[in-house]
Amino acid sequence: MLHDSQGVSLERRTVLKASLLAGGGLALEALIPIPVRALGAGVRQGSARAELSAFVLIAPDGVVTIMAKNPEIGQGVKTSLPMMVADELDCEWSQVRITQADVDEKRYGRQAAGGSTATPTNWLPMRQTGAAARAMLLEAAAAKWGVSSAELTTAKGRIFHSASGRSAGYGEVASAAARLTPPDLESVRLKDPAQFTIIGRPTVGVDSAGIVKGKPVFGIDTRLPGMLYAIYQVAPAHGGRLVKADTEAVKRLPGIKHVLPIRGDGDPDQGLADGVAIVASNWWLANQARSQLVIEWDLSAAQGHSTSVYRAKADAAIASGPGADLRRDGDAAGKLATAARRLSARYDYPFIAHAPMEPQNCTACYRDGRLEVWAPTQNPKEGLTSLEKSLGIAPDKVTLHLRRAGGGFGRRLLNDYMVQVAAIAKAIPGVPVQLLWSREDDIRRDYFRPGGWHNFEAGLDAKGNLIAFTDHFVTFGDGKTTARAANFNLALPPAGLIEDLHFTQTMLPTVITTGWLRAPASNALSFVSQSFLDEVAIAAGTDLPGLMLALLGERREIPAPDNRSAFDTGRARDVIEKVVQTSSWSHKPGESARAKGFAFYFSHRGYFAEVVDASVSASEVLVHKVWVAADVGSQIVNPMGAENQVRGAVIDGLAQALTGQAIEFVDGAVQQSNFDDFPLARIPMAPEIDIAWIRSDKPPTGLGEPALPPVIPALTNAIFAATGTRIRSLPVRLQTA
Amino acid sequence: MPYRLNINGVSHEVNVPSEMPLLWVLRDELGLVGTKFGCGKGLCGACTVHVDGAAQRSCQLPVGRVGHAKIHTIEHIGATAIGERLQQAWLQIDVMQCGYCQAGQIMSACALLGKTPKPDTEQLHAAMAGNICRCGCYNRIRSAIRIAAGMATPAQESGRVA
Repeated sequence: MLHDSQGVSLERRTVLKASLLAGGGLALEALIPIPVRALGAGVRQGSARAELSAFVLIAPDGVVTIMAKNPEIGQGVKTSLPMMVADELDCEWSQVRITQADVDEKRYGRQAAGGSTATPTNWLPMRQTGAAARAMLLEAAAAKWGVSSAELTTAKGRIFHSASGRSAGYGEVASAAARLTPPDLESVRLKDPAQFTIIGRPTVGVDSAGIVKGKPVFGIDTRLPGMLYAIYQVAPAHGGRLVKADTEAVKRLPGIKHVLPIRGDGDPDQGLADGVAIVASNWWLANQARSQLVIEWDLSAAQGHSTSVYRAKADAAIASGPGADLRRDGDAAGKLATAARRLSARYDYPFIAHAPMEPQNCTACYRDGRLEVWAPTQNPKEGLTSLEKSLGIAPDKVTLHLRRAGGGFGRRLLNDYMVQVAAIAKAIPGVPVQLLWSREDDIRRDYFRPGGWHNFEAGLDAKGNLIAFTDHFVTFGDGKTTARAANFNLALPPAGLIEDLHFTQTMLPTVITTGWLRAPASNALSFVSQSFLDEVAIAAGTDLPGLMLALLGERREIPAPDNRSAFDTGRARDVIEKVVQTSSWSHKPGESARAKGFAFYFSHRGYFAEVVDASVSASEVLVHKVWVAADVGSQIVNPMGAENQVRGAVIDGLAQALTGQAIEFVDGAVQQSNFDDFPLARIPMAPEIDIAWIRSDKPPTGLGEPALPPVIPALTNAIFAATGTRIRSLPVRLQTA
Repeated sequence: MPYRLNINGVSHEVNVPSEMPLLWVLRDELGLVGTKFGCGKGLCGACTVHVDGAAQRSCQLPVGRVGHAKIHTIEHIGATAIGERLQQAWLQIDVMQCGYCQAGQIMSACALLGKTPKPDTEQLHAAMAGNICRCGCYNRIRSAIRIAAGMATPAQESGRVA
């Protein structure tokens, strides 16, 4: 076994070197070394399976168990990461069983679902893990047969010695292999991608067969002996505090076991919100009992936190001129003053909720000073941090089981539900309890995608070249830092592509909890910037693909100003040119009520250009077809899941624009509550979606997010082309006579 | 109140208030958790079950009104010919992302094909519009229903799925 101190540095060096060999292009810090214990071999006590590493266990009958390390929220990592291990192990996918790992970052490395990072950060480590296990199996077989491991080959979970005609299944040598010292990862040879047998093959999700039969795989399906069900009533407005609660009437209701007023830690954003828990033998009984609670709340902090007030403040901020500098290149004001033509436009978008289909829930049991948790979370480590901070339960006193989440979209990066159920469980030691939010709780207590306002100006020279660009962004924050996911993107095109540019910002304070929604910041910035650039393109006598290609110029890498991934103009050009071709792009604004719109966006290391074909009638926008051209690197790990991610992102974006999604506040109280006033896409809305992958020579990157941002401006640009009406505010509201 | 319910061909006795929706009897009294809670207002279809063969939102059906009706849930639907074909089609093209809504989708699709064996797009949309898929797997839901209906093969649909 390797020692921790040596192992970590060894692995880090290995991973970095391997990433350079694979073509680089990734931020180095994005690559996380395999934790040293992952390499620790040894037969697990009391188990028939040989443990070749934290990720690979092989039974005598050859069944390979691969640990799935990351939370599964529908993005497919429970399938795709084990595929990487299995391919390099060189076994058959049919002999693989997948087990969801509990949370143990020392053993498994980072376990989180966010930022479309799973593929780029695990691509090499997972393959190396599989290759290391294969090398150990080869060494064991070589020792058994008295030959050199260099003479051995593998295929489909068997080892072959062609000179002697001998062969053995992995299960026959696994126990001997598990006693060997794991190889130095630097010496582990990875497959040539041409030799992949599992990676790149459309593969059905490992939970799918259970899901179509209604098997209990989700967080909400957790059932424990003697388990009770809970609701947690929080203040009717964000920022509200509990003054007092009269719980007597509720305690007498049938099925009600406990009513627990809970004082939070004063930090409803990161910690535990004040509330009253009702614990019952059946969730519906607990939920029905809410109406009998008599609670006095202090809502003074929420006063004035209303949509109309925010809008008025944003108007005033924009009217007062530019905000605080975010990025200043050259002299945009000077260039604007002398421009042959100037354009200006204001854009805005609302707060919106995540609304995953599985409402927030979490199950816990507190016993003998230890907490056991079953959580559908995207970010378990932060959950452990919150448990310690809010409740004083140290991470080493917590066992955290990851449960499949019925959608995440960034909502479950925050762990408020985990802290709430832990507070309830701690109050009733020894009793397992499941906290489940109603849909109304889920919508109103979201960490919303924050709304924002943009005031753009652009200047064109006499030839129609874009020579100056400014944006005053009004967002939310405390004046020093922006609220969560309320940030700008300093590399937002045309930044870096023209010389004279000025981005400024004004922050409005808010008590509303905000958070990361799929493609955070990008989901809104794409709409405003690609829509305004469409205006610029038309004013310049070209179209947006033409303007973007002209701005991008020659193929080169532009370093990001804020340590994000560098921007490769060549990869951007390629996806733009591709979608122009696949969509038979033509742009004739105003000719027909059916037209195409285009947009490009780069986020989460992925390059996406999209075209929407839509027709507009007095009452309806009908999207006929969407074309997507994507570059997420050299390899699509699981095309089955990858295409679903792209289609889902496209439909998600269309829904944000077209269904009327907007969260509004009156004195901190959320005005929407369920799918009747916060609608989602339904099946008639789903257009045909054509996907073209561009296989660049860069390492593969993630797909949970980057397909979403361009579809919204592609749609609104199509609406302009079809009607001449520029959509500068989301959601799209058609002018009806 | 004591109720005797016929669920998936098995008789169950429960003692709950008459207004308790069937969803919560299934999930929290009987442990049949395949039927999902999504909205509690009949807006999303995640809780769809069959009541004497018709698709119904179990979050809107008080147990006191079930009577002698035969209830079928996702746990049992594979025992029917249409249900089995749908489950197979769902897996052939791996419809789902998170999968949370899929039980309800399959129950609605099963009721559709029971009444309309070869639905056109309009009929399909009308039957399925009550089931929300937040992940947006709608293209594959359409495809899987067509495959299960014998109107398409996985290979024909493959251009749309993988």
